Amino acid sequence: MKPATKKFLTHYVWSQDHKVIAIQYACTAIAVGLVGVVLSNLMRLQLGFPGQFEFINAERYYQFVTMHGMIMVIYLLTALFLGGFGNYLIPLMVGARDMVFPYLNMLSFWVYLLSVVVLMASFFVEGGPTGAGWTLYPPQSILPGTPGHAGGIVLMLVSLVIFIVATTMGGLNYVTTVLQARCEGMTLLRMPLTVWGIFVATILALLGFPALFVSGVMLLLDRTLGTSFFMPALVSMGQASGYKGGSPLLFQHLFWFFGHPEVYIVALPAFGIVSDLISVHARKSIFGYRMMVWAIVAIGGLSVVVWAHHMFVSGMNPYFGFFFATTTLIIAVPTAIKVYNWVLTLWHGDIHLSVPMLFALAFVCTFAIGGLTGLFLGNVSVDIPLSGTYFVVAHFHMVMGVAPLLVVFGGIYHWFPKITGRMLDDRIGKIHFWITFLGTYAIYFPMHYLGVLGMPRRYYSFEGYQFIPASAFSLNTFITVVALVVGAAQLLFVFNLAWSAWRGRPATANPWRAASLEWQTPTTPPGHGNWGPQLPVVYRWAYAYGVPGQGEDYIAQNAPPEAGGLEPEARGRSEGEARGAPA
Amino acid sequence: MSMAVVLLLIVVGSVLFHVFNPWWTTPLASNWQQMDDTLTITLVITGAFFVAINLFVVYALVRFRHREGRRATEQPESKRLERWLIGGTTVGIMALLAPGLVVYANYVRAPHDALVLEVVSQQWQWRFRFPGADGKLGASDARFVGAANPFGLDPADPAGQDDLLVAADEVHLPLGRPVLVLMRSHDVLHDFFVPSFRARMNTVPGQVSRFWFTPTVGGRYEALCAQLCGVGHPNMRGFVVVQDVAAFNAWQAALPTFASTQAKAAAPAGAAAGSAVEQGRALADAKGCTACHTIDGSPRVGPTWKGLYGKTETMADGGRALVDEAYLRAFIRDPQARQVKGFAPVMPKIDLSDEELAALVAYIQSLGSAPTQAATDKGVQR
Repeated sequence: MKPATKKFLTHYVWSQDHKVIAIQYACTAIAVGLVGVVLSNLMRLQLGFPGQFEFINAERYYQFVTMHGMIMVIYLLTALFLGGFGNYLIPLMVGARDMVFPYLNMLSFWVYLLSVVVLMASFFVEGGPTGAGWTLYPPQSILPGTPGHAGGIVLMLVSLVIFIVATTMGGLNYVTTVLQARCEGMTLLRMPLTVWGIFVATILALLGFPALFVSGVMLLLDRTLGTSFFMPALVSMGQASGYKGGSPLLFQHLFWFFGHPEVYIVALPAFGIVSDLISVHARKSIFGYRMMVWAIVAIGGLSVVVWAHHMFVSGMNPYFGFFFATTTLIIAVPTAIKVYNWVLTLWHGDIHLSVPMLFALAFVCTFAIGGLTGLFLGNVSVDIPLSGTYFVVAHFHMVMGVAPLLVVFGGIYHWFPKITGRMLDDRIGKIHFWITFLGTYAIYFPMHYLGVLGMPRRYYSFEGYQFIPASAFSLNTFITVVALVVGAAQLLFVFNLAWSAWRGRPATANPWRAASLEWQTPTTPPGHGNWGPQLPVVYRWAYAYGVPGQGEDYIAQNAPPEAGGLEPEARGRSEGEARGAPA
Repeated sequence: MSMAVVLLLIVVGSVLFHVFNPWWTTPLASNWQQMDDTLTITLVITGAFFVAINLFVVYALVRFRHREGRRATEQPESKRLERWLIGGTTVGIMALLAPGLVVYANYVRAPHDALVLEVVSQQWQWRFRFPGADGKLGASDARFVGAANPFGLDPADPAGQDDLLVAADEVHLPLGRPVLVLMRSHDVLHDFFVPSFRARMNTVPGQVSRFWFTPTVGGRYEALCAQLCGVGHPNMRGFVVVQDVAAFNAWQAALPTFASTQAKAAAPAGAAAGSAVEQGRALADAKGCTACHTIDGSPRVGPTWKGLYGKTETMADGGRALVDEAYLRAFIRDPQARQVKGFAPVMPKIDLSDEELAALVAYIQSLGSAPTQAATDKGVQR
């Protein structure tokens, strides 16, 4: 191999640089996410204009629903927040040269890519991808009444198992890097909330994904070898099956033991990132930093004891409902604290309505709706009539679809200058923002009302149901039209990324005048190794904004100690103590 | 500035939308007024919170937006304020949770005098069973399910002999009496959901799940499946008729018992069936064909049988085929060999004797378009 070719390959393909791996993760996730958007628009076509599109039959509709859900939750959001943002930001924000295990990090991306390839392959096998719904509940998911019960479900499960291998390799890296590779002075309570969010989310991923892994393997065995982990004796399509003695509810418990923490695997990084966006663009320290950290930790802890609120009407022992409704509503307290602290950060701030800030504010609004409707569904007796209806669809899209994606967009607009050395185009950014924010609100806010009406989700067609008024169908048509516009608007974002990466306005090293460490690299974009010959030394927290008496309104984390701007708990202590010990 | 205006419009617009939109709960027809009340409590508390948070943001955006020379005030935390906010939120959460749990405590404890109704689900149809005179439901198991025993009842269990069977998608209930619903599934997860009753539960193969409600308003209500159960999920419909006790008793008195359906099935085929068409009709019910194929012209999971015979179908590969006796026989024997355009290839192979197949085809023929009536007689004679 020519040295030049080899250099290109090791730099951009088989790279062990966390920044290149992050970009690989992000580009793959965005590409697969676009497939997810197309799928959602296809299913909206059927709901908005039933029967008008002949190629969307019931079978394909359920395949679109299933693939859309799985792609968005796992292959887009989880991969983008942990593999994309986590990879890029953790070493830069904690002052490390790279992840602790760079080779494992590289493997993590390639294994993730393999899982995506396997998933996409299911579109091309006989019978097509699985149409079991993203929850893949047995017995249905592996029986003949469901599309893709032959090949599609097998590839889906295999892809998930591969994805979990990738996530575990990445996750061990992130956790170890945060715990072991922080630079001098970077105490845990000086880390930006972005790192805290991703750190706790990664721990949840390491705890939750094994449950999905085992349930995936067991379901695969039920499907291929005829074991009966989840399959009781049953009659399928008039034929007695060979299954006996398994428990469908066991799968649901395992699935949601992963599935609920999964919500926070997506949400906690978003919480962290949005905290930093609001703080930087309001030029003010995040309000109640320590409370924010404890709230992230508390949410992470509670998130593993709430899973069965997805199963209030599953037929499990009904007395579980008391426990899980209570834990679920308790988790609202730390979550509410986060919302308070975001909006209180604005108070007496110097608010710059830059594109990242617009996305952050839109997140607060969207997340408030999504979080509050969670109080309906988490409160067991309110949930009973609402579960399985469009209220649920509206709720989870607001809270873990749109809200985290708004943060993804805001985060990309925010860090793009560091990643590429160029600014994203503001005008396209604003058009993209307004269409996305207002469009998604117009889609999901009215959708709650269809759920209250009792319209069930996952229906290919509502033909002939008398309790649904004609106006509900008009609303569905409206929602579809808006969804098509919002879907198309995402191309603006992709165009902006591609165009600005080559042609965008050159960025300075720290265009947002941010205090956290990733903006203080000697070069922009940072080179392999991030920090040049000398690792940075940190003297304060990441939120020294608006400190009285300074020329600039921020003090970088690694500015000399005499610049001041210490975190609140360190004030009044001597410099030596306040600096904190390196790990 | 535009963000502040938009957020304000969102708050005002959302409240107006809530007040003026035509969609809210379907009219309540059961005792679960409490569920609607907890919904209202939750809506008021969360709605107030939503409005307050957004108005706060709107105010902050207007008041503290960037102007030349502006500098943020440093205020990293306020223990006092944070304590107040935690306290206030906790009180709000308890105000939501407490009534919710009280209602749920009622939901998990059915009254002792409740009428027992069993809902039996399978892809994609509902059946119902009441205990007979002994007040007890007989034992059941998936392994007993068969053409003559679609409920899967244990033939050896004496308690099941007098059970009243509803082998159709419509069940009647008496007005004002609590109903304890016990639910089974022969195949996958389903969910028996009547929006007007609010109460509901999944049916799970291998176990019996339960809930209760009291119908309080007479009428005919749509029941639907609310747990994805495969490609026919949206077509899994049923009806619940709520009527006064006398009318209900009269309806219930006409229901066949398990013992009588067994006796009928055991009778010699010729005597019981009458004609091949009659035998085919019985087979269509027993083998579950009617879950997917209607006889009234409306398409479900599969093509309707009304007018099917004699029609020319377009196949998935673009070819066309005349639906005649040979076509039907071949299709039923091997449903996966060809696909009809617009329908999912989910039809299972069902074990049928030659005689049963002939009867079924004769029945489908009898529902065919007019010119084929002559052929029906020919089919019967064969």
